[in-house]
Amino acid sequence: MTSSSQQSTAASKDICLSIQNTTISYGSYEAVKNVYCDIPRGKVTAFIGPSGCGKSTVLRALNRMNDLIEGCSLKGSVLFDGADLYGPSVDPVEVRRRIGMVFQQPNPFPKSIYENIAFGARINGYSGNMDELVERSLRQAAVWDECKDKLNESGYSLSGGQQQRLCIARTIAIQPEVILMDEPCSALDPISTLKIEETMHELKKSFTIVIVTHNMQQALRVSDMTAFFNAEAVEGGSGKVGYLVEFNETEMIFNSPSQQATQDYVSGRFG
Amino acid sequence: MAISPTASLRRDIPDLSYKQGLRRNLLNKILTFLVGLFSLIAVLPLVAVLAYVLIKGGSVLNLTLFTAASTGLEGGGIGNAVIGTIIVTFLSALIAIPVGVGGGIFLAEYSGGGVFANFIRFGTNVMAGVPSIIAGVFVYAVIVKTKIIFGNSYSAIAGGVALSILMLPTVIKTTDEGLKLVPDDLRRAALGVGASKFVTILRITLPSAFTPIATGVVLSIARAAGETAPLIFTALFSPFWPEGFDAFFNPIATLSVLIYNFATLPYESQNELAWAASFVLVLFILLINLFARWLRRFAST
Repeated sequence: MTSSSQQSTAASKDICLSIQNTTISYGSYEAVKNVYCDIPRGKVTAFIGPSGCGKSTVLRALNRMNDLIEGCSLKGSVLFDGADLYGPSVDPVEVRRRIGMVFQQPNPFPKSIYENIAFGARINGYSGNMDELVERSLRQAAVWDECKDKLNESGYSLSGGQQQRLCIARTIAIQPEVILMDEPCSALDPISTLKIEETMHELKKSFTIVIVTHNMQQALRVSDMTAFFNAEAVEGGSGKVGYLVEFNETEMIFNSPSQQATQDYVSGRFG
Repeated sequence: MAISPTASLRRDIPDLSYKQGLRRNLLNKILTFLVGLFSLIAVLPLVAVLAYVLIKGGSVLNLTLFTAASTGLEGGGIGNAVIGTIIVTFLSALIAIPVGVGGGIFLAEYSGGGVFANFIRFGTNVMAGVPSIIAGVFVYAVIVKTKIIFGNSYSAIAGGVALSILMLPTVIKTTDEGLKLVPDDLRRAALGVGASKFVTILRITLPSAFTPIATGVVLSIARAAGETAPLIFTALFSPFWPEGFDAFFNPIATLSVLIYNFATLPYESQNELAWAASFVLVLFILLINLFARWLRRFAST
């Protein structure tokens, strides 16, 4: 195995998303503060941490989904291949076409399975062979065998796990560079979860993946890099403010973390 | 040892039977009877009106009614009024549906619940309660009296505008509420695959809310079709068939105004026409309501 210093220099050359001193607030309340994090390309990066530590908030900041939340504002900058996602002339639609998202609850469109995939591709101006794209996307998301015979049936006719993989296929179909997953398995049973994790191993060959998860075993299984977030009460503030405790290779985070809080959390000794 | 520990707690078999004479049971019966009676009284007018109109109107029904116009005092038909009602209602829908659905989309999707949006919501609620004759007077003053439509005073278009004012609040409200029912998950899903807000609304949100919106629109059409007051001094009346393109710019007969005009005339044949028109109008509105119900069921499957 190569030394970790070599790996980190290789990684620093190939940063996909760079979060730089980012503070995200809802109204006057700061949800997460002063986050620095460089997400490497072609890897799976996991965000772990207790509820309310702001990991989902940070994830949504990566493709400007926070824009949809009233009163949400961001300080600092998020660089995507060197471009500032929060620059004054940035079109959030352009951002989301390059950085796709899979949500906690499977949310297929009330359309046929085929149309679920074709919708995103079509509005993104895809002009190639649609049948081929649908098949390829469904295969990549490992759900092709289960729905190849019912492409014209509603997306709701699938089980929860299949729906979630359909949503992943839908995101793949727009050919983004990055796929963000916000607790994609929290609504699923262990078998579906396993299938999605296997899917992710395949996907990281072609995409950069960022996943938020409450399940530490999942983080250990799927991710190359792990960021541990925590929240602490601040003086004079109402509620807790989230912050990034530690960001490192998953192995390091779980085996020899540099922070005591990380050690406590990953070993289950967390207040 | 042979005696179980609960044996000492055992008593005689309890009397659980229903007792007629008990105060609470008596009160229960009386109140049930009372509310049943009141609900019966409440639907009585509906049944009575429907039955009366259907019997009175049905007895004078024949085919020439629909093939003749209400010209002259002897005989005639209500064919022109049937066509007129359809034309005026169609015109009002043509105005109210795009404006109302557009306004509803703005309220639900774009406004973000600001002061302006709340002002519009309040305005629509007030407008829904405005007496229909006020809408008629307003259109009379703005369109009929000023002869703003190519120098024509009373016209089908003026009638359509008056009815559309009545339809608007319902259409705006049902669109607004229908869109609010669409789960945010769907909007996020569409935005997450790079759809713009416009595409999201047009292709995902609006189709998902189609049924409540369509139901609201259909019901508002049913309401507009039966209105009389706003039409009396906008569309006025005409004993002749609406002809070609001119029909839009000239006074036009409608079922409701025909009833208003003919029901109190001292001529037997006119009175019969009024009853026939009542019959047709009631049936018309009944059918539209059934259509709305069907739409609702159609979507739930």
